[in-house]
Amino acid sequence: MKDSKSVLVVGGGIAGIQASLDAADRGFKVYLVEKTPSIGGRMAQLDKTFPTMDCSICILAPKMAECYRHSNITLLTYSEVQDAKGSIGNFEVAVLKKARHVKEDKCVGCGICTEKCPVKVPNEFEMGLADRKAIYMPFPQAVPRLTTIDEENCLFFQKGTCRVCEKLCEAGAIDFDEKPEEIVLNVDAIILATGFDVFNPKAITAYGYGKYKNVITAMELERLICASGPTDGYILRPSDGKEPESVVFIQCVGSRDQRYNPYCSSICCKYAIKDAVLIREHHPEIDTYVFYIDLRAFGKGFQEFANRSKEEYGINYIRSNPGEIREDPITQDLTIWYEDTLTRTIKPLTVGLVVLCTASIPRPDNKKLSELIGVELDDLGFFRASHDIDHPVDLTVPGVYGCGFCLGPRVGDIPHSVMQAGAAVARMSEELAGMEEA
Amino acid sequence: MKDEPRVGVFVCHCGTNIGGVVDVPEVVEYAKTLPYVVYADRNLYTCSEEGLNNIRDTIKEYNLNRVVVASCTPRTHEPLFRVACQEGGLNPYLFEMANIREHCSWVHHDSKEATEKAKDIVRMAVARSLWLEPQEEPELEIKDSSLVIGGGISGLVAAISLADQGFKVYLVEKEAELGGLVRQLYKLYPTLEDTSEILNPHIEEAKNHRNIEVHTSTTIKDIEGYVGNFHVTAIKNKEQIEFDVGTIIVATGAWNYHPPEGNFQYGVLDGVMTQLELEELLKEGKLERPEIIVMIQCVGSRVGEIWSYELVGLFHSQATRLLSKILGARGSEEGWAYCSKICCMNAIKNAILIKEQFPESEVTILYQDLRTYKEYEDFYRRARKLEVRFLKYIYEIPPEISEAPGNKLRVSFYDPFAGEEMSIICDKVALSTPLIPSKDGILLAKKLKIPLDQNGFLMEAHVKLRPIDTQIEGIFLAGTAAGPKDISESIVSAKAAAARASILMGNKVIKTEALTAVVNQDLCIGCGLCEELCPYGAHIVKDGKSTVIEALCKGCGVCVVACPQKAISAKHYTDDQILAAVKNAFTEQLT
Ligand SMILES: Cc1cc2nc3c(=O)[nH]c(=O)nc-3n(C[C@H](O)[C@H](O)[C@H](O)COP(=O)(O)OP(=O)(O)OC[C@H]3O[C@@H](n4cnc5c(N)ncnc54)[C@H](O)[C@@H]3O)c2cc1C
Ligand SMILES: Cc1cc2nc3c(=O)[nH]c(=O)nc-3n(C[C@H](O)[C@H](O)[C@H](O)COP(=O)(O)OP(=O)(O)OC[C@H]3O[C@@H](n4cnc5c(N)ncnc54)[C@H](O)[C@@H]3O)c2cc1C
Ligand code: SF4
Ligand code: SF4
Ligand code: SF4
Ligand code: SF4
Ligand code: SF4
Repeated sequence: MKDSKSVLVVGGGIAGIQASLDAADRGFKVYLVEKTPSIGGRMAQLDKTFPTMDCSICILAPKMAECYRHSNITLLTYSEVQDAKGSIGNFEVAVLKKARHVKEDKCVGCGICTEKCPVKVPNEFEMGLADRKAIYMPFPQAVPRLTTIDEENCLFFQKGTCRVCEKLCEAGAIDFDEKPEEIVLNVDAIILATGFDVFNPKAITAYGYGKYKNVITAMELERLICASGPTDGYILRPSDGKEPESVVFIQCVGSRDQRYNPYCSSICCKYAIKDAVLIREHHPEIDTYVFYIDLRAFGKGFQEFANRSKEEYGINYIRSNPGEIREDPITQDLTIWYEDTLTRTIKPLTVGLVVLCTASIPRPDNKKLSELIGVELDDLGFFRASHDIDHPVDLTVPGVYGCGFCLGPRVGDIPHSVMQAGAAVARMSEELAGMEEA
Repeated sequence: MKDEPRVGVFVCHCGTNIGGVVDVPEVVEYAKTLPYVVYADRNLYTCSEEGLNNIRDTIKEYNLNRVVVASCTPRTHEPLFRVACQEGGLNPYLFEMANIREHCSWVHHDSKEATEKAKDIVRMAVARSLWLEPQEEPELEIKDSSLVIGGGISGLVAAISLADQGFKVYLVEKEAELGGLVRQLYKLYPTLEDTSEILNPHIEEAKNHRNIEVHTSTTIKDIEGYVGNFHVTAIKNKEQIEFDVGTIIVATGAWNYHPPEGNFQYGVLDGVMTQLELEELLKEGKLERPEIIVMIQCVGSRVGEIWSYELVGLFHSQATRLLSKILGARGSEEGWAYCSKICCMNAIKNAILIKEQFPESEVTILYQDLRTYKEYEDFYRRARKLEVRFLKYIYEIPPEISEAPGNKLRVSFYDPFAGEEMSIICDKVALSTPLIPSKDGILLAKKLKIPLDQNGFLMEAHVKLRPIDTQIEGIFLAGTAAGPKDISESIVSAKAAAARASILMGNKVIKTEALTAVVNQDLCIGCGLCEELCPYGAHIVKDGKSTVIEALCKGCGVCVVACPQKAISAKHYTDDQILAAVKNAFTEQLT
């Protein structure tokens, strides 16, 4: 294979990162386009990861740094694909690099500007459990390590005054005049890795998410139990900042449900077991319950993990799909009425915190990308593989491949995302080598 | 110590991971007082872009010739910091890590004492760093050919991928035919295509590919050498064949468990069979009329001893124990603790096939949890629409099978939903049994020195981020050899294995381990102990003297401690270096 082949990778989560690294090591020139200010994706937000329970950002950060340093990889963060034409061996892609208003070559990430900026905005990385400023670094290990001004919230862009950050920045990195830039890339192939979104459980009114403060999602819990998260890793209730006496996990929220998402999200049983164990490790005094329909602890090591969570950590598993949650207006404790289908009894359970294990759903971005590039989506909104068994990472346009959760809930976890990334690189290498021969 | 050491110490907060317990500024001030330390400072995250650039620039600015980072574990971060040293113009082996996170802040709560301990750890690291020497990583050429072991769907896919990319592939299958376990199947979930439609094109392609040499009825006799240059000896129809390859992909698959005779009346009562045997009947068209069929899930899986969940690799000594367990599993009541994840789907597949052929059949699936993950949930719904009955049994009361009048079978079980004992009179019982580690896989792992996981599947180098690589460089895993997978997942892993192998072969050279053992030939008496003990076969004793083959040596140090003559030393772990650290554990003895 010639060394001059190039590939566009869209999405900088673990799948896109691994695809970029494998492709770059294989000799491809890689353009990694990420729409947010930093690569890292969901994995950067997780606390510990099953099944080995190592710290997520600790194993991810080196890979992020490697992407940044690799001589074959060009990182285009805060950027989005605008247009695409052409075919395998010759795609022309227009990428819009949004205006960051912070010069990449000047900012040293000192953070002075973020301290003094007067505007507070809910922090997306912390799932809204903490604030960030209008000029911000998404998280401490962000790559690239520099700040971004979000125009929608910055006082200067909204009201024409402020510019505090500009005055304070010793590096002279702030540039209010910066304009978005369009970059046109010529690439041989495209790998899509846009990942997943979290289902918003507000739709299920009976669970009271958004109404009851102490009903949270699992993604929010990941930030709550993370030592570098908004509560320094202490499980504290949003309503009063106190430690709950008991925590309940509810499975299949918005998954396996014809009204919302008919599929099983594949990962939520496993991360519920993980998070329940983590809670007991942090706070052995907190009683922990998991309400499930089928406990899907499949694959290498997980049934053992589930058994151990029961026997060693004392997690209580209840087979039930609770109908409703009610809040005590005074204590803000939550009462769940449920039928235990194994003992056929109807009982109430009152707890301090409820964690909804919500479905993983397609990103809205998939639709736009499918229109630009011509690849099909499946009925659910994930990218359609060209054959479910035989071509699991090929999309429906030659030269375009997918990896990670944007292909739908396959195995859904990090190891499988990493494998899919390798598979996409292999497919791309095969097909481009075949073209060269022909 | 040739030139005067100039040590730079970088202490990391690791956010609050370290900084929340250890008083980092105090450790920095302390480090500055240590002899030869010419620079000390702290970073919020030393592994961030900024932290790494800081190391690079400080080396130049302060003319450092030793770097100590006090942070987390070298297991994950040492390579990164070494690169930063290199970028600063320093030999990467003049770098030392002090673990003040796992060894300190994560295990201590008292801030004062933890800070004192962090100082001790830093002092030890600085002491050792003074004795460090530059090391070189030799370059090794990689042959552009690959051996794929196992001609199931995974081996076929991996072989074709590499061959399409222009690499020469030797595909070795021990059976006379290619195709593996899939060859025995009838139709495949989730598309319900005929097996042949998926499998045959791969077989044909492999057989006809100009870059693939297919060797069926062939077993591996011996594999010598190392990444880039493995010498393979195989036996094909009693004849010996030999060839050289640069990489190896292990795709030896898994076995389908058979319960021991008598367990669930298997092998005792007619009509009790495994799901695979039922599928064979379907394939041969031997199910001729509507019948009443009961399927029992988790037979042989999710049972047995509960392993404490530690993903430690089991090395060869334990392979023997696992082997006897597997062989024993076919003749005892032992089963497997994990969930094999294919058997729920497979039962539903066969149930659908039966109902579609004979709608008047009655099919019941007795399960614990139905694990139709991902979009397979649709398949579950389809079965329910076809009136396949799903009933739950509980782990504590497994279903029992007995004879019933009229050549029928009776399945009795406790239905927790109904709260009572139930029984079904039926014609056939299909037992859904798991994929289990194969004997061939374990024996091969022993030969290749690949660690096994707690169940006996071949173990990956890192469960999450290196799920395809093995501990042994140049050897990769594909398919069910590494654990249960369905076909699409096996294909993904096989393609990924091809990608990993192609990276090595495409780059043509790699750098190998610098930290090998060295024999002082003057001291060696040729006793051969090292040769016997080395787990990587790196020592060769010839003419009364031992030498180390550098490309094979992993620097594990086994020989170093074993040598009665103290003739062997490990680069980067010399006695001087270790003792310097030890001496400084409790007192300051840097000079
Ligand atoms: C609560 C929870 C806990 C979990 N715990 C574990 C665990 O312990 N172990 C485990 O193995 N797995 C776990 N997972 C699953 C894991 O998060 C996923 O497997 C993994 O993150 C998938 O990675 P990805 O790269 O496919 O997607 P993502 O992480 O979603 O990354 C996608 C990236 O693409 C970017 N992007 C999206 N659209 C565009 C666009 N149009 N242009 C440019 N960029 C775009 C996004 O900004 C994002 O950075 C958990 C999941 C959840 C929800
Ligand atoms: C009853 C049953 C039904 C199933 N149905 C489906 C289905 O409908 N859909 C689906 O997606 N999946 C299904 N599966 C899963 C599927 O069978 C596996 O995913 C697939 O077989 C994995 O392929 P493999 O190549 O990794 O391993 P295998 O198919 O096991 O192939 C391994 C090959 O390696 C050879 N070998 C082993 N050791 C050596 C050695 N030392 N030297 C040389 N050769 C060696 C073996 O002879 C064999 O040919 C089913 C599994 C079972 C048990
Ligand atoms: S923009 Fe300026 S003040 Fe803000 S982090 Fe960057 S260098 Fe520091
Ligand atoms: S100009 Fe905008 S970003 Fe800068 S400090 Fe003011 S509000 Fe914040
Ligand atoms: S993984 Fe578990 S919680 Fe998630 S949808 Fe599937 S069954 Fe429900
Ligand atoms: S896939 Fe189903 S039958 Fe197989 S072990 Fe898991 S739960 Fe049991
Ligand atoms: S153990 Fe020591 S003395 Fe014996 S052969 Fe090896 S190097 Fe020589």
